[in-house]
Amino acid sequence: MYEFDYVRPTTLQEAQDLVGEDKKLLAGGQTYMPTLRQRLAMPELLIDLNAIPVLHGICEADDRISIGAMTRHAEVASDGLVRSKIPGLASMAGGIGDPAVRHRGTLGGSLANNDPSACYPAAVLALNAVVHTSKRSIEAKDFFQGLFTTALDEDEIISHVTFPSVPCAYLKFKQPASGFALAGVFACKLDDGFRLAVTGAGQEGVFRWQQAEAALNNDASFGDFKSLALEPDMIEDVHADADYRSNLVRVAAGRVVAQLREQLA
Amino acid sequence: MKISLKINGQDLTAEVAPTTLLVDFLRSDQGLTGTHLGCDTSQCGACMVLVNGDAVKSCTLLAVQLDGAEVTTIEGLSDGETLSPVQEAFREAHGLQCGFCTPGMVVSVTDLLAKNPNPSESEIRHWLEGNICRCTGYQNIVKAAQMAAEKQQAA
Repeated sequence: MYEFDYVRPTTLQEAQDLVGEDKKLLAGGQTYMPTLRQRLAMPELLIDLNAIPVLHGICEADDRISIGAMTRHAEVASDGLVRSKIPGLASMAGGIGDPAVRHRGTLGGSLANNDPSACYPAAVLALNAVVHTSKRSIEAKDFFQGLFTTALDEDEIISHVTFPSVPCAYLKFKQPASGFALAGVFACKLDDGFRLAVTGAGQEGVFRWQQAEAALNNDASFGDFKSLALEPDMIEDVHADADYRSNLVRVAAGRVVAQLREQLA
Repeated sequence: MKISLKINGQDLTAEVAPTTLLVDFLRSDQGLTGTHLGCDTSQCGACMVLVNGDAVKSCTLLAVQLDGAEVTTIEGLSDGETLSPVQEAFREAHGLQCGFCTPGMVVSVTDLLAKNPNPSESEIRHWLEGNICRCTGYQNIVKAAQMAAEKQQAA
């Protein structure tokens, strides 16, 4: 690692006052620590968000579930409120990485990083969640802006994310060594219809599969996902070529919609 | 930077550089070499320790982050010469071949059984996704975890 200074503030305001170019935030560190160790980042100051109490925890407010940015994947996976109100989100969080990753990794860290193969972006986009920051509230549709790119300013800190309570399900085919999605589909039904978000597959990161949503809104029993166009260019790498990834998306969509139907029945 | 923490039940104050990883602090500064550094890429799990009761990879945490925390390493699981039920089970079921991954495996299984005292075989295998045994000795590791669960339930 390159040398850096370290500070562990206890309030969001202190962190906000410090953050900026080369003064980087440390959340769960499950991506950033390996990045630092490989000398792919050279911050001057590391601002550890782990001791800011207001960033932790899960509560219900105004019919929505609010999850603090520093809430760990293991907490989301085992939380009674999330399991009963947003079941697909709990099962998704319980499948990220491995237990040690889930003990440290956080919702906010995952969203701010916006890895194209991460699970959380699919859930947040499909559920039309709202990302609340130290400056403003950002709707999911405006938050994700391509590979490792979000609407966040350099000095903006995610405080919490609010989700609707709706039936939902998530399924991924994972890259076995990392647990990241080769293709993952999060499906839910909101007031204005079905929504399917796909991660791990699109070259520009997480996206909504609009043809699948339209087909389901037209006929809720629709199941022929293999016949539908999948417009974004697919990621191609050593693990899977574009055709294989497209097929995984279609198979995952079929299975996850079947799970969603069980909840809706 | 100065940190105060508890390691294997002992209170401790130490001076660490911000860039010191927890695993290096444990092995080099504290001489607790039971925790192994296997992969350098946060994947193998040989470096797992318990932090406030949760298994984490000590190569993916900074020592400075542990100020105020309670850390248990493989050395802290036994009571003197008396092995913990998980350690005993690994010995009896031959849950190791070369032994390099074993500290992480034992810590991980200890955490699993604290949270889920009677796991199914499938739950054990899923839980151990973050622990790689390069000898591929998984069958007996899973058997050891099952035996440890039985021992703990009988105790």
